[in-house]
Amino acid sequence: MMPWWWAVSAFADCGAVAGAEVHLPGSVAVADVVWVDGRIVAVGPKLPGLARAGTWNGSPCAVVDGSKRHVTAGFVAAPTQLGVIGIDLESATHEDDAELGDDPIRATLVVTDGYDPTSAAIPVQRIQGLTSAVVFPGGGTVAGVAGFVVLAGDTQADAVVDRDVAVVGGIPTGAWGEGLAVWSGLLDDARNHARNPAAFDQGRPYAHGASRADLEVLGRVVRRELPLVLGAQSAWQIEALLRWKATEQIDLVIDGAAEGWRVAPALAAARVPVVVDPLLYGAGGFDQLAARPDNAALLAAAGVEVILSTHSTHNARTLRQVAGNAVRGGMDHEAALRSITAVPARVFGQAGRGSILVGSAADLVVWTADPLELSTRAEHVFVGGREVSLRSRQTALFEKYRTLPGTPVAPLSLP
Amino acid sequence: MWLLVGAAWAGGSTRAELEERGLAPVEPASDAQAPPVVLFGGTVMTASGATWKDGYVVLQDGRVLAVGSGAPPEVAGARRVDLAGRFVTPAIIDTHSHLGVYPSPSAGAHDDGNEATAPTTPGVWAEHSIFPQDPGFERAIAGGVATMQILPGSANLVGGRGVVVRSVPGRGGRVMRFAGAPETVKMACGENPKRVYGGKGGAPSTRMGNLRGQREAFLSAQAYLRAWDDYDRQLGEWRDSSAEGARRKRGEAAPEEPKAPDRDLDQDTLAGVLTGELLPQVHCYRADDMLSFLQLADEFGFQVRSFHHATDSYKIRDVLAERGVAASVWADWWGFKVEAYDAIPEGAALLTEAGVRAVVHSDSSIGIQRLNQEAAKAYQAGLASGVKVTEEDALRWITLNPAWVLGIDGETGSLEPGKRGDVVVWSGHPFSVYSRADLVFVDGALRWDSERPQIWSDVLTGQSFVAPQGTSPREETP
Repeated sequence: MMPWWWAVSAFADCGAVAGAEVHLPGSVAVADVVWVDGRIVAVGPKLPGLARAGTWNGSPCAVVDGSKRHVTAGFVAAPTQLGVIGIDLESATHEDDAELGDDPIRATLVVTDGYDPTSAAIPVQRIQGLTSAVVFPGGGTVAGVAGFVVLAGDTQADAVVDRDVAVVGGIPTGAWGEGLAVWSGLLDDARNHARNPAAFDQGRPYAHGASRADLEVLGRVVRRELPLVLGAQSAWQIEALLRWKATEQIDLVIDGAAEGWRVAPALAAARVPVVVDPLLYGAGGFDQLAARPDNAALLAAAGVEVILSTHSTHNARTLRQVAGNAVRGGMDHEAALRSITAVPARVFGQAGRGSILVGSAADLVVWTADPLELSTRAEHVFVGGREVSLRSRQTALFEKYRTLPGTPVAPLSLP
Repeated sequence: MWLLVGAAWAGGSTRAELEERGLAPVEPASDAQAPPVVLFGGTVMTASGATWKDGYVVLQDGRVLAVGSGAPPEVAGARRVDLAGRFVTPAIIDTHSHLGVYPSPSAGAHDDGNEATAPTTPGVWAEHSIFPQDPGFERAIAGGVATMQILPGSANLVGGRGVVVRSVPGRGGRVMRFAGAPETVKMACGENPKRVYGGKGGAPSTRMGNLRGQREAFLSAQAYLRAWDDYDRQLGEWRDSSAEGARRKRGEAAPEEPKAPDRDLDQDTLAGVLTGELLPQVHCYRADDMLSFLQLADEFGFQVRSFHHATDSYKIRDVLAERGVAASVWADWWGFKVEAYDAIPEGAALLTEAGVRAVVHSDSSIGIQRLNQEAAKAYQAGLASGVKVTEEDALRWITLNPAWVLGIDGETGSLEPGKRGDVVVWSGHPFSVYSRADLVFVDGALRWDSERPQIWSDVLTGQSFVAPQGTSPREETP
């Protein structure tokens, strides 16, 4: 049974937007986009098989008139705790943190096992064009395993597309060099464990309290099956991380990078993507005095793969404002759009999402105008080809209080 | 003998006279005179009822001399700025900031915003925590903000006095004050006080404990105010009688001088709330918490000037409108705590439609850099849902309405002749995400020019790789 916010389309298997300004990889063109069974099957101007009356190659298809509208891939919130934190200040609503006392190694925490697809926060984000998210665990030296979700569906089976897309960690507080050494020790143990699993059962001591199961997860980082995400803000921290990464031969993503612009060529050469928030200018500590409002623009210009992020759960919806501000800071508009669609999808193992290409998932948004402008609204949002409702708990509260008193304080009348 | 009586006069002072001492700034204010300025050839959004295409604004002697459209008046010696289609608005005002009291860079040594040592600390003044070298001030003015209220944090039921300042450089906090602005006081409802003190095993630990703490504070302030009122009256009578006595009966002993009550800084602030001299600024999210606080205000006979954060204010907008209480809200913050769970993006628009003075505030060193965008989001949310709200309403959320909340709407907040010359020239429409503040005038003087950005803060001065905003990194890296 579909929940109330899931729009049921008569033509669930085929959909299209006709004659819109389509934000394609590398260009914007007036075109039609057609999808069948959740995947884009055709993109191009005036597709001959598409009849605006509602058919695709003669079969029924729900066609949206896209004239004077923009179409983009749906936005990807990365990272976020959407679905795993209900309310920030209420720890009982948190599923992102293992709360294993002081145990800093929680590689076995698969955060999306705690994902609530009915969280009231999810439809709130969809209204602003978000269709998927990379959900991060938090805390510790090894926080756990991040997963990729689509912002639709009322079960984990519907929503969780990929339970393991990255291992998320942190540099233990204290000296940075010692923190990197802790990580080297963990990865060494993972390599040794992979080479000789029996040794663990013989009680051979492994460093830093990692369990056998932890080492098996970290083995996936060592084998480059999953990227490792670590936070760093200052230029020297990033420089040391890049040197460490070259030694460890792993795939690394750097989260934060407030001073990333200073080491942009090195980041580009090492092919290390960065997650940055272009609004976070100047409010950091002494480790990011050189933060700049054009950080994202400078990184992108140097060829670094940039993911733009709100780092927010409840307000991940401000992603397009964030991207707009990156453009205000000098970033190319198309690059900014890619940084909230194709780049986070690719970095987190979903190359088949985030772009308007034949074969990609039909996660699409129809906008009234430039998608990054504040006066623009999302008119239609499609997740996996199905249109989702643009209602939320917030629209319900608005309707309830549209006329006061809202709360039914008057007595019921007898029938 | 009468000479001694005269000396005694100087010692006995009314409460107002005592408070007046020490209010003059030690640091001399800049007396540099800005030349007259004529801004012309752009869209002028006045926030006072008119938007002029092909408009002009003339600034002279720190004030707005004229606003209109067409050919601007000739002013001798004026600098003329061709707006070339750009937009002009009043400078932005933020009712809720902790710049200076929680300055950047963040550091333990910089935590000066919450005197969380007791739940009621009305005697502390945010002014005394302001670090004027906080680089946040120059980032704020780069976002078009000329005026802000700096408040103590919300750990306490009564957190202390707020202060209205200009985002212009000073060497001390006092000289940044908006001259003539009323004093304000910060109070808090709901989760924060009970979490901070309940978490320490003390009081308050509940919402009812919050209310008890605030009511007890005002009960004792009533007694304090009565004692000083009695004394001030007796002192006046004594001054009159002893003056007459001294003239008529030289050499005779004067009547006994009344004894002054002990002065108490906490009580001074609360007494100022009771007399209406201080404007109460109340951190309060939930509708029922706001109603409880209004009940308390009724009990002690004072007027709440604005609720802050007020995520539920749309639910009681009829009550707020009827009582003339403003609501300072965010465009879209929600969900970070239970009392913020019911925020909706149409909040500011619904308040406006109901006749409440709505304000979009920041409470953030990041948000204050783009309050124009925050107002734009709240405006678009209202429009999309069919709430009756205009572009000018939305502009007032960050200009004229916050000016009213701070008691300075006669001086600033709109572009009208006679008001202070607080003006922003925007590169495009102020509600576009791509627009930036090109020029910001405060008291008619140019304080921010995006073409010639400067570093003011000592914290950033001489730091490697720190460049003024808007310059390319290569120009400034050592």
